Amino acid sequence: MSVQSPAPTRSAPHGAPRAPRRVGFSQRLSRWDFKLSPYLYISPFFIIFAITGLFPLIYTAFVSVYDWKLLGGQGDFIGMQNYTDVLSQATFWKSLRNTFSIFALSSVPQVLVAIVLAALLDQNLRAKTFWRMGVLLPYVVAPVAVGLIFGRMFADQSGLINSWLGAFGVDPIRWHVDPLASHVAIASMVNFRWTGYNTLIFLAAMQAVPRELYEAAIIDGAGRVRQFFSVTVPQIRATVIFVILTSTIGGLQIFDEPRVFDAAGRGGASQQWMTTTLYLYDVGWGTQRNLGRAAAVAWLLFIVVVMIGLLNFAVTNRISSAGTGRPSRRQRRAAARSSRRSA
Amino acid sequence: MRKTTRKAWALAAGVMSISLLATACSGESSEGDDDAASGDSKVTLTVATFNNFGYTDELLAEYTEANPNVTVKQTRAAESADARTNLTTKLAAGGAGLADVEAIEVDWLPELLTSADAFEDLTDPSVEGRWEAWKQEAATSEDGRLIGYGTDIGPEGICYRADLFEAAGLPTDRAEVAELLGGEGATWDKYFEVGRTFTAASPEVAWFDSASATFQGMVNQIENPYEESDGTPKSLGDNSDIKALFDQVTAASADLSAGLTQWSPDWDAAFQSNGFATMLCPAWMTGPIEERAGGVTGWDVADVFPGGGGNWGGSYLTVPASGKNVEEAKKLAAWLTSPETQVKAFANAGTFPSQVEAWEAEDLKSATNEFFNDAPVGEIFANRAAAISVTQFKGPNYFQIHQTVTDALARVDVDKSEDAATGWQGAVSAFDSLGL
Repeated sequence: MSVQSPAPTRSAPHGAPRAPRRVGFSQRLSRWDFKLSPYLYISPFFIIFAITGLFPLIYTAFVSVYDWKLLGGQGDFIGMQNYTDVLSQATFWKSLRNTFSIFALSSVPQVLVAIVLAALLDQNLRAKTFWRMGVLLPYVVAPVAVGLIFGRMFADQSGLINSWLGAFGVDPIRWHVDPLASHVAIASMVNFRWTGYNTLIFLAAMQAVPRELYEAAIIDGAGRVRQFFSVTVPQIRATVIFVILTSTIGGLQIFDEPRVFDAAGRGGASQQWMTTTLYLYDVGWGTQRNLGRAAAVAWLLFIVVVMIGLLNFAVTNRISSAGTGRPSRRQRRAAARSSRRSA
Repeated sequence: MRKTTRKAWALAAGVMSISLLATACSGESSEGDDDAASGDSKVTLTVATFNNFGYTDELLAEYTEANPNVTVKQTRAAESADARTNLTTKLAAGGAGLADVEAIEVDWLPELLTSADAFEDLTDPSVEGRWEAWKQEAATSEDGRLIGYGTDIGPEGICYRADLFEAAGLPTDRAEVAELLGGEGATWDKYFEVGRTFTAASPEVAWFDSASATFQGMVNQIENPYEESDGTPKSLGDNSDIKALFDQVTAASADLSAGLTQWSPDWDAAFQSNGFATMLCPAWMTGPIEERAGGVTGWDVADVFPGGGGNWGGSYLTVPASGKNVEEAKKLAAWLTSPETQVKAFANAGTFPSQVEAWEAEDLKSATNEFFNDAPVGEIFANRAAAISVTQFKGPNYFQIHQTVTDALARVDVDKSEDAATGWQGAVSAFDSLGL
């Protein structure tokens, strides 16, 4: 295919402005290769995302403005009716409350514990891999199995935890009755499963922190704790932001754990622990079987997640830029010294 | 020209990658197509069931023996809820991917009948009179299409703990217990009254397990619990029948109920810790009781039910119209629900037949249950089935409404977070917010 292209004689006779040099196919190919290939290489993600992410998103928006029953299928166009219906159902607001409550009870301690665990695993331990794999073990357990085990532990009358509490003379906690108690129980399931996962992400980031920084810190006389706060945490800021964002998104979409918390999976008799995704499922496939409304719930949840995500991003970004922008202690000390000297 | 080739290349690359993905997603076409094309040759039929229908490999092999060109494959969902989600989701998608024969539970019928066209009409002279009339009517649409062949039913008796009865000074023999509870003329009031005698003697043991379950048994005896026969929902606030049952059961629960939710871990544990002495007992419930009460002796079944007979649960086999071998599937469904096969299924899994003729079968009549003190369960549940007189109407909104009431019962009986009056108010406002 390598037809040598330059044929200057062809255009020259006319004396017209010189035509651009013609390039051979192989050269052209390599130019395409240069320009196009990167996009092709990254395209599988975007194509898959378009099929499995973007299309359902848009189609859900389409469904949400129709009267759409699970079995009856598409009905009349009803505009924003589904949204107003959902917003006027008290259960929706209750589900948002529950979602945020469970999210706060799970994500916050989870990230904190994960970062500390990662710091511990980052030390010089015997049988490192054993300990590191150990923290991931709960993540491998299927959520339904976790639900079964925790369901037994948190049973109101016959549960393990209540009988332990009884041994200390504490009255049994009504895990399936009081909203806060049920949220704590569900959050503990979430934490059990996800803490190790986040730990490994933090650990990976910590491994990339240059060891010289620690050596310098040790020479400066910093202890373990001081090293953790002054070297480790600032160095893995980007990862912290990533973990906080992903666990926020995951936390707001929590479904498995509240679903398996009791046999009916409807979030309790007065919807004490019905999260928004559980509500979504109940509206679409549970008792109401109304896909139009379920789609509206999905979009409302999407908007909430995006808003919280943006807020989150703004806050964490601010913290991290404030961290780098703020003069370090050494700089401040130097500045203070020089100002003292000049005084 | 060159420029267009360049674009074409880019386009081709894009189209290629998309179509590669698209084809990867559509791996649905299978042997089914070939079978349909070649008429009489080998056919593989799929049957989708849940829990345990008693269709063992041996039983299905019998069908292949009689029909050598047919192989039957069963897929079994662990829970009926999984099967229901699978069925409705695929129906909503036009029926692609459904099995040739799909098992359904009686409770799904109201909504499935709203799209009766998605199922084959199974009316056939050869199966006329095979089932109790009410069983067949429940699966018949308004225009007379029969969408499912009945498999089992759930005639209710009373399961009780003879040892706890003895400790409380009550009779223990199942015939005497049936008399104690009122025999033929048993009523709910009588059932609760005996309960009070019992709890007076054994205050640490509850009389029944759950207010919601007891309420379920009572509601099953009302012909139009929540909806008129044309499907219009009754306003719950004005529904005096349901309100009366609600009041009756909450009043009784206060001192008779163990305050448990069926199928919860606490309920499971109560079987081992003498949590309650009696429970409503549809035929299929004997299995779950035995499963949970292993090692506990004294369970028995009394041939009696308050308020006459009652049916709780039971299943059907349907043939989705989108299937590729509907004729063969119909034949298989008819065979699986024939009295002879159903008696075998009863022996395999305790699913009580809905076929009138099966109740006369010697195998059924002589069936006993070892765990329940060798109770003649075949005979007892045949009697209980014969006592069922009410064809309950369940419309498309039955579940939404029933759920609001059982949630309220759970708040009163299990959570104890509300009193009966507040609970009822909550049920009414939950009903109103459904916007039916």
